[in-house]
Amino acid sequence: MHLVYPAVLSSLLFCVGVYGVLARRNAILVLMSVELMLAAVSLNLVAFDVWLGDEVHSGQVLTLFLIALAAAEIGVGLAIVLLVHRERGSSAVDRLRALADRDGNEPDRAGPEPGPEGAASRETTTT
Amino acid sequence: MTERELLSTSGQEIVFVLVGLMVLGAAVLCVTTRQLVHAALWLVVALGGLAVEYLLLTAEFVAWVQVLIYLGSVVVLLLFGLMLTRAPIGPSPDADSGNRPVALAVALASAACLVTLVVDAFRTTWIDLDEPHGRSDALGDSLFRTWVLPFEALSVLLLAALVGAIALSRARRARAGTPADGGGR
Repeated sequence: MHLVYPAVLSSLLFCVGVYGVLARRNAILVLMSVELMLAAVSLNLVAFDVWLGDEVHSGQVLTLFLIALAAAEIGVGLAIVLLVHRERGSSAVDRLRALADRDGNEPDRAGPEPGPEGAASRETTTT
Repeated sequence: MTERELLSTSGQEIVFVLVGLMVLGAAVLCVTTRQLVHAALWLVVALGGLAVEYLLLTAEFVAWVQVLIYLGSVVVLLLFGLMLTRAPIGPSPDADSGNRPVALAVALASAACLVTLVVDAFRTTWIDLDEPHGRSDALGDSLFRTWVLPFEALSVLLLAALVGAIALSRARRARAGTPADGGGR
């Protein structure tokens, strides 16, 4: 098999993932796009490992490690997204601006539009 | 084979390209669809097609691990996450943020750059698939001989990630009893 096919497929898949990470608003969709990028890297690793005929199978072993790391990443990422959604009532990444860099005289509009649940939880934590 | 040309395709290459087109289409639909649950299902199609690509590259063990872990657990986790954040079932018009043109430009530029580079670099390279190179016994042998230390480190990392996820999920209940810390603002 020509090596160009898997290499081109993985680079195109990576770029689709880049588009998803940059363009999506929901944090879970951003996590899905990250999964796409990781899968593209895995395809590259497997293809080059098969091409080189590595004795210790470093590419495929690294792919297995990468799949396990992706599982860990999605677990922690989803826990964070669920926590943010519970605290703030939104999981839109461009509305979570509490840590944003902004001018001092700008009025503080950084918080998200608090949903009923987010507002309630903030009252309980600040009183 | 010595008389290899770029356009003399074998059956494996044809299947690879067809499945690759399916994977790419599913991935594009996954990042562009406005229905959030459909995005997760298109992700299933893309990752399953990728498992078929691994099989075509004779990496059978990686292919089945991909099916088990990605399709079996990661997508289910994502669907649970979508449900728990009360994702709308119908089409949601605000699925994409405002920087969509910039994202498209960045993706197209990087795709053009990467594809040009890769095609130019590996124009004359062929993979020899006559002998399978991903059999489970050979892979397990090298995994538990050469790579056993990274394997153990990875298991510790998985445990740490699991504990971290549980701690994050319990964080609100634990903090409700303590005095306020400003609530992050």
